[in-house]
Amino acid sequence: MTKTNTTGTTEASDTMIKFDGVTKIYSDQTVAIEDISFEVERGTTTVFVGPSGCGKTTTMTLVNRMQDPTEGTVYYDGVDIQELDKVDLRRDIGYVIQEIGLFDHMTVGENIATVPELKGWDQSRIDDRVDELLELMDLEPGTYRDQYPNALSGGQQQRVGVARALAADPDVLLMDEPFGALDPLTREELQDEFLEIQERIDTTILFVTHDINEALKMGDKIAIFDVGELVQYGSPREILHNPATDFVENFIGDDKTLKELQITPVRDIMSESVPTAEQPTASSTTDTGIDSTAALADGTGDQYVTPTDTVDIALSRMIETDTQSLPVVRDDDVIGTITESSIRAHQSNGGV
Amino acid sequence: MGLIDALIAAYAYLVANFDEFLGLLTEHLALVLVSVTLAIVVAVPMGVLATRNERAKSIVMSFGNVSQTIPTLAIIALVFPILGLGFLPALVGLFAYALLPILTNTVAGLENVDESTVEAARGMGMTENQILRQIQLPLAVPIIFAGIRTSAVLNVGTAYLAFFIGGGGLGVWVISGISLFNTPQLLAGAIPGALLAIGLDSLFGFIEGRLSGEGMAEQSPAAG
Repeated sequence: MTKTNTTGTTEASDTMIKFDGVTKIYSDQTVAIEDISFEVERGTTTVFVGPSGCGKTTTMTLVNRMQDPTEGTVYYDGVDIQELDKVDLRRDIGYVIQEIGLFDHMTVGENIATVPELKGWDQSRIDDRVDELLELMDLEPGTYRDQYPNALSGGQQQRVGVARALAADPDVLLMDEPFGALDPLTREELQDEFLEIQERIDTTILFVTHDINEALKMGDKIAIFDVGELVQYGSPREILHNPATDFVENFIGDDKTLKELQITPVRDIMSESVPTAEQPTASSTTDTGIDSTAALADGTGDQYVTPTDTVDIALSRMIETDTQSLPVVRDDDVIGTITESSIRAHQSNGGV
Repeated sequence: MGLIDALIAAYAYLVANFDEFLGLLTEHLALVLVSVTLAIVVAVPMGVLATRNERAKSIVMSFGNVSQTIPTLAIIALVFPILGLGFLPALVGLFAYALLPILTNTVAGLENVDESTVEAARGMGMTENQILRQIQLPLAVPIIFAGIRTSAVLNVGTAYLAFFIGGGGLGVWVISGISLFNTPQLLAGAIPGALLAIGLDSLFGFIEGRLSGEGMAEQSPAAG
């Protein structure tokens, strides 16, 4: 199950999934997607985004053969997917759907154990894995393992859904609008948690959404679909800077600079020089220096940002407190500064 | 006072003929339990087949409907020329009558399983067989069981008709009681049957509650 791309092995390519001229026409003659080609790099997250009926879900379901292409070829780790056994393939691919689809007659633990059971893992390994995943998803194993899905909230159910999909260490994880049915607050919470999880696993993730903000937030790469067509494929930054068509431009919306700030972490822009505290030039600045450290010490006020905060938060706090710069703080230490002018400079440089 | 006297007389009749009563009750129960068991064995696989294939479904459902629509007495009359008199033809009639509730509930139970649940199972690499055995059937069990309960309770009543083709059962006392104006005998046959129906219904109801209570909260499937 672990990646076999250690140097020198057969075709140690970085491509996990490849679509080559793929067309899917349903039996009622609806053309879902037409002549789509792209490659997904191993270990990255690619988000398919577009309006309803654009073919993004169809594209995803071609990967685990819930659908088969009418024309063209889908390659999975270099192999034509039609040559792989459907059932084995699906057991190697995690699958999360919007409706969650938990098995109501099984406990949370049994739900998560589904694929390991199918793969015939031994019981102690399954038990350990279930607890490990519950902890990963922030569900206390002792409390939740033996509960039935109906006792859980929507957010908790989808946490179980994600845990179930990750249970057998899949090479690829498919997520079809996984957070689409959740309320905005829970959705954001799960997005953030999932971003953290994403860092810890080296799974190749395909993620479908109709929400451009979610796409920008979750994706290393974004594929924008318009009625059966892949109109642009690139990193969030590329898409924000060079929308390929008017459709993409419209889809992103008028606030693309703000959207870009939302996906830029403070650490990309901050300068390492520590302000006031280090170089107290005038007596007045010394005062403000002391003030800000004092504010930090008792955790009051929002007059600082952390390196992982996004730049829009920094800008918002600057406007809020009517200042031009903010200290950047990590673990109670001031490690740099971010200024409004550095943000502007970064943006006019094309965001690089 | 007439009613109480009649009940006392019926009780006296029952006590006086207790051995015969036990024999009839056993026959009655055997008719019900064997016919329902056979109906389960036939109707559940038929229901599964029906959900797999639209054409099979229309055939199976019309078959079930027909067997329910024909009065049991007519089925018994139809079976009589082929199988003659006795326990077996009565059993066949009751079996035909028990099919439909189990069949319709099997189909309803399987179709009631959320499409997304099945999609999730398929997407995780379960074979169609595993989906049926591990997901669809267990989720449909409470509804299938409700059909079994209906059939069993219906058949306690219907089994009285077995008397007409010599099938035995409590109908022997009830119908000869009617023709001989022997009220104690009639009641001694009818009341235990009514109690049996109520008893079976509560027993099955209890099991049904246990089955659906097992984790699956009292929510409609749509709430999930």
